[in-house]
Amino acid sequence: MYTKHKEETFVLNLGPQHPATHGVLRIKLTMDGEYIVNAEPVLGYIHRMHEKMAENRTYAQYLPNLSRLDYLGAISFSLAHCLIVEKACGIEVPERATVIRVIMAELNRITSHLLWFGALIVDLGGFTPMLYIFDDREKIIDMMDSITGSRLTFCYLRFGGVSCDIDDTFIAGVRDIVPYMRTRLKMYHALVSRNAILQERLVGIGNITPEMCRSYGASGAVARASGVKHDVRQAEPYSGYERYDFDIPMSTDGDSMARFSVKMEEMEQSLRIIEQAVKNVPAGAYRNGKVPRTLTPAVGDFYQAVETPRGAFGIRMVSDGSNTPYRMKLRSPCLSNLSLLPEVVEGMLLADMLAFMGSLDLVIPEIDR
Amino acid sequence: MQLPFSIETFIRFALYVVGFLAFAIFNAVILGWGERKIMARIQRRIGPKEVGPFGLLQIPADVIKLLAKQFRTPKGGDTMLFLAAPALAIIPALMSFVAIPFAPGLLARDINIGLLMVYAFTTVVILGLLVGGLGSRNKYAIISAARAVSQNVAYEIPMLISVVTVVLITRTMNLTTIVDQQAGAFWHWNMFRFSASPLLPVLFIVYIICMLAETNRTPFDIAEAESELIAGAFTEYSGMGSGLFFLAEYANIVVGCSLAVILFLGGWHDPFGFFPGVWWFAAKLYFLVFFVIWVRWTFPRTQFYSLLNLSWKTLIPLTLGNLLLTGFWIKVFGP
Repeated sequence: MYTKHKEETFVLNLGPQHPATHGVLRIKLTMDGEYIVNAEPVLGYIHRMHEKMAENRTYAQYLPNLSRLDYLGAISFSLAHCLIVEKACGIEVPERATVIRVIMAELNRITSHLLWFGALIVDLGGFTPMLYIFDDREKIIDMMDSITGSRLTFCYLRFGGVSCDIDDTFIAGVRDIVPYMRTRLKMYHALVSRNAILQERLVGIGNITPEMCRSYGASGAVARASGVKHDVRQAEPYSGYERYDFDIPMSTDGDSMARFSVKMEEMEQSLRIIEQAVKNVPAGAYRNGKVPRTLTPAVGDFYQAVETPRGAFGIRMVSDGSNTPYRMKLRSPCLSNLSLLPEVVEGMLLADMLAFMGSLDLVIPEIDR
Repeated sequence: MQLPFSIETFIRFALYVVGFLAFAIFNAVILGWGERKIMARIQRRIGPKEVGPFGLLQIPADVIKLLAKQFRTPKGGDTMLFLAAPALAIIPALMSFVAIPFAPGLLARDINIGLLMVYAFTTVVILGLLVGGLGSRNKYAIISAARAVSQNVAYEIPMLISVVTVVLITRTMNLTTIVDQQAGAFWHWNMFRFSASPLLPVLFIVYIICMLAETNRTPFDIAEAESELIAGAFTEYSGMGSGLFFLAEYANIVVGCSLAVILFLGGWHDPFGFFPGVWWFAAKLYFLVFFVIWVRWTFPRTQFYSLLNLSWKTLIPLTLGNLLLTGFWIKVFGP
């Protein structure tokens, strides 16, 4: 497609303030006309030293930090932290709490995917779906708000459980939202997915091979759309995910359209999980009452991965036996997914690159940490 | 002393100038408000409602805000070009109104080659974008200017060929005469004039597509693609500088839709031949404008190459073929 026809190139700074980068990401593009010769993501504009902060905070103090990493999938991120601390300290989690965690994480995944869907279409120049998805997102967030008390950066999970119990209104609300969301997803497919212009903008654009996914460590929908069948929820089940019956949406096309369909299908699967989870929420405590105030895990090296809306998020925690970790390494999915970008966009048109970036579903605070 | 024109002619002309300027600006205000209201309805929102009844004074309030803002010229840019661009965009757009007949007698100048004049002016509009982009010293603006020019070259051709086909049928470029020929119910309109060419409805659709591309509206708004090029050529414009571009955009939409009404939809004639008049012109015009807004808030943006492909590989062969067919059809079945 692209052949370099002249030596004259120029540098185009995409960001840090650009409407399509969804945050303060800067991409230094070397352009030949409208073709991209080279792309170099420049990170660090909202680097907040989250990993270093962990080293001088107690485990409980560090809990709110996790929801500031990925502000769209906060529950999954704090779930990883809770799970690793529970693993290190040997804290039991009541059955009811694990189910509540799954419901919340999946609701959060749907809100995150909805926002990605709206933002991708905005990147492609269609503004209206953005306001439709906010309508649905608002419904889900209102429900989560009634239990957790927050709407975006949830700090709802606690070591050994969750901070508040769910009530019958919430369960009834979740039961209602599942069929509602199914009709809405059907509408989105009719309204957007079959649109000829959308097909033309996404099909065959930004091809990622499975080899590239493996070598860059891409995960989540990006990897699954390229034919790498990996979902932490089934590969290394946590929080009782092995009990739920759900499929991993897959595609082998590897283009932006494949990522689009995989993500849309993931929402359906999340609805399936939620449906099964609310069917019988076990009675009992929502929180382990015997968790000590000061946590001092055993000396050791721990790892815990979870499937966040954007891919596999892992925490490696090295404990020296004190009340703060010796080292906390966060492996965030978007950083790996973004590292694919320079290789993929070479020779691409500017507009296609932005569509491709939209399909990657990047959340910048999580890349910079 | 003998004046070259009578005093009545002068007063009449002055009134028309004032009248059409007022009409164009009032239209932009109403369309700005209408677009935001329609967009809000499409997006299940309310839209402007605080300023004035139904938010009608929202656009005047915006204009006052824009006027109060500083107009800043970018350092290192070409100030001359930068300042000339908004004028280059707005003046041709307003000039096109001169030849458009809204009703019998309701036009500024009944020019024999009115159609040619309108197209001569609408072609100049793109110069505003080009010059504004070049004068801004902004890479995004320059990309936008380059896009806008190649897009307009690509779409002017099928648009003009489709207009030429209509001229072939009507045998005149006088817009009033073109409308007069379509007097009567809707089957007399050019769009349904199958005696002249069987493909006229297709031609109308081609014209509407080209008009969307000409006026840089979604799905062809690649020149000011806001998620790619921020605001394209208008990125560096502040205050009323960008306000004038928006005014020009709305004026262009009205001109484009007016021509569609005149060329294809029978101007001021009503569909059943009862009460012809300016209200029918307005109804058809604003329906088309509504269509343009509707399309904008429904579709995503196309990619640049597919836009050029559509023009060069589909629309131009189609319109050229249609031109030949129409010529043949008129020769065989015509009077």
